[in-house]
Amino acid sequence: MKAFTQHQGLVAPMDRANVDTDLIIPKQFLKSIKRTGFGPNLFDELRYLDEGAPGQDCSKRPLNPEFPLNFERYQGASVLLARKNFGCGSSREHAPWALDDYGFRAVIAPSFADIFFNNCFKNGLLPIVLDEAVVEQLFEEMYAQEGYALTIDLEKQQVVKPDGSAIPFEVDEFRKHCLLNGLDDIGLTLEDADAIRAYEKKRREQAPWLFDAVK
Amino acid sequence: MAGQTLYDKLWQDHLVKSREDGTALIYIDRHLIHEVTSPQAFEGLRLAGRGLWRKDSLVATPDHNVPSHAGERAGGVAGIRDEVSRIQVQTLDENCNDFEVVQFGINEPGQGIVHVIGPETGATLPGMTVVCGDSHTSTHGALGALAHGIGTSEVEHVMATQCLIQKKMKNMLVRVDGELGPGVTAKDVVLAIIGKIGTAGGTGYAIEFGGSAIRGLSMEGRMTICNMAIEAGARAGMVAVDQVTLDYVKDKPYAPKGEQWDRAVENWSRLHSDDDAVFDAVVELAAEEIEPQVSWGTSPEMVASVNARVPDPAVEADQTRRAGIERALEYMGLSAGQAIGDIQLDRVFIGSCTNSRIEDLRAAAAVAKGRRKADSVKQVLIVPGSQAVKAQAEKEGLHEVFTAAGFEWREPSCSMCLAMNADKLGAGEHCASTSNRNFEGRQGYGGRTHLVSPAMAAAAAIAGHFVDVREFVAVGETA
Repeated sequence: MKAFTQHQGLVAPMDRANVDTDLIIPKQFLKSIKRTGFGPNLFDELRYLDEGAPGQDCSKRPLNPEFPLNFERYQGASVLLARKNFGCGSSREHAPWALDDYGFRAVIAPSFADIFFNNCFKNGLLPIVLDEAVVEQLFEEMYAQEGYALTIDLEKQQVVKPDGSAIPFEVDEFRKHCLLNGLDDIGLTLEDADAIRAYEKKRREQAPWLFDAVK
Repeated sequence: MAGQTLYDKLWQDHLVKSREDGTALIYIDRHLIHEVTSPQAFEGLRLAGRGLWRKDSLVATPDHNVPSHAGERAGGVAGIRDEVSRIQVQTLDENCNDFEVVQFGINEPGQGIVHVIGPETGATLPGMTVVCGDSHTSTHGALGALAHGIGTSEVEHVMATQCLIQKKMKNMLVRVDGELGPGVTAKDVVLAIIGKIGTAGGTGYAIEFGGSAIRGLSMEGRMTICNMAIEAGARAGMVAVDQVTLDYVKDKPYAPKGEQWDRAVENWSRLHSDDDAVFDAVVELAAEEIEPQVSWGTSPEMVASVNARVPDPAVEADQTRRAGIERALEYMGLSAGQAIGDIQLDRVFIGSCTNSRIEDLRAAAAVAKGRRKADSVKQVLIVPGSQAVKAQAEKEGLHEVFTAAGFEWREPSCSMCLAMNADKLGAGEHCASTSNRNFEGRQGYGGRTHLVSPAMAAAAAIAGHFVDVREFVAVGETA
């Protein structure tokens, strides 16, 4: 996994609550057996005026001129500013894959759905929870100022605004450690292989039916 | 010390190791996989040169992409016309062969929607931890199991280590007491719960569903409730083990037998929350107040009783909520104050991991018997959840009731719940659907989904618009 330490980037809005993962990446694109290439179809139904199909050349599709990510001023954005319960619905990891593939490195929102939140960390994408009032303030500043960029410092756990003021955020210690160092958590878990085997031995005695194979 | 909740017990039983940073390694007993969220995980294992930690913990089946149409389905994997869908199902075949994973293949008797075949075969059991790269894995919690959806990276993690790295969730009790009225089903209960607490109401919690109305439900009804825990924001939903659970599980093909069964029953008898257990949040609903529900918007929390009206955003004080209602009404082509009963339907879908079990089909057939679908309804799809459900329904003659009503009897698959196979809504079409999500475009580009119970969907198919199934007496009866 790629590491996340510090990132400065242009901010773009996704100004609605309860953005679900179907909206982030519609189902027809889940037929891919790869982890990459989802960026052109991020927010597909909002971004384009036609219905998208897998494998299509998106550069020739009609863009929705009213969708912010299509605005000139948000081109190159890498920080997504969103509303509450972002990423609700399906567990599809294709949602963070699409955000990452598009170029986003962080999503800021007042709250996230659990599975999406978790999936982000596995892909070097940092979801940041800030108070609703703080997020509202960021929306106002972003709309008011073209080229509005934020600096995200994971080590210090703060979002730094253009005026230099810093907003602190919380992040789990383990997730922070993995992100900062780009660690593969499977490798870390396998360091506890003996503990897993010991658990299995004990459990097999207590509840052997749990280990019966389905044939 | 306060007593433990059901979730506390399941967590404790599966705790491999607590780490200093507050995370824990949780052991996974059963790992269900399907074709959509597993290919990248198998690829990850190959790239890292890793194998499966315990291959007999995995059970695979293709469900999302497989055709529901009998003609196309007869050709097996090679007969799937959509090339990308076919490749995905073929990839599952290849991965299961290479990694020696048991798979119920496309036209084998064990095939079905992964959350239908788990409980029905006994592959998922009380007291288990169950995961799948699918958010509706919460369904299996109805057995008194800790079951939840995971992303593909976690699928790979469980494949390689048999564990998940987790932080313990908080405990929520949703208690529904009283007696449900006639025609009011588990689906109406769970939609009413989501309407009350919202789609983020359960975020960060494991929800236990309890109370006399939940106890009074069949196992299949409990599965419908737990299935939609995720629609209330909770990764896991569960119901305590009781006699209903044991009666359901006994004699299932992969349930323990003989002396093992007796030991298992003894072990499972403690799978309930202690009387003095403390929950972080408690939500209460009165069963008598729940009416048949219909979703009118683009989020499962946007529900109303069938006799109610579409809300007016102008009276909503919260700005974000008001904007959400306005956008939903525009997408759904509905106007504020419109009666739910005035919504005309173009298609009806009865199926999905929420409502495709035999009791669901019986409920739909009871309404459809001796009637015909409205001419204005273009299509009514009945998609059984598994080969076993299909066989049972045909044994009971339900398929003939459906076809006589002008409904289409299809092959087991996820079908129009998420439109990954050929079954989808056209732009602007309204659908009465027994599935779980009414998100924009979920059932097809521009499609408009209304979530309802199987009986309500069947009644809507006959009437051509939503009707209160309680006033829809069986043919031959008098009102």
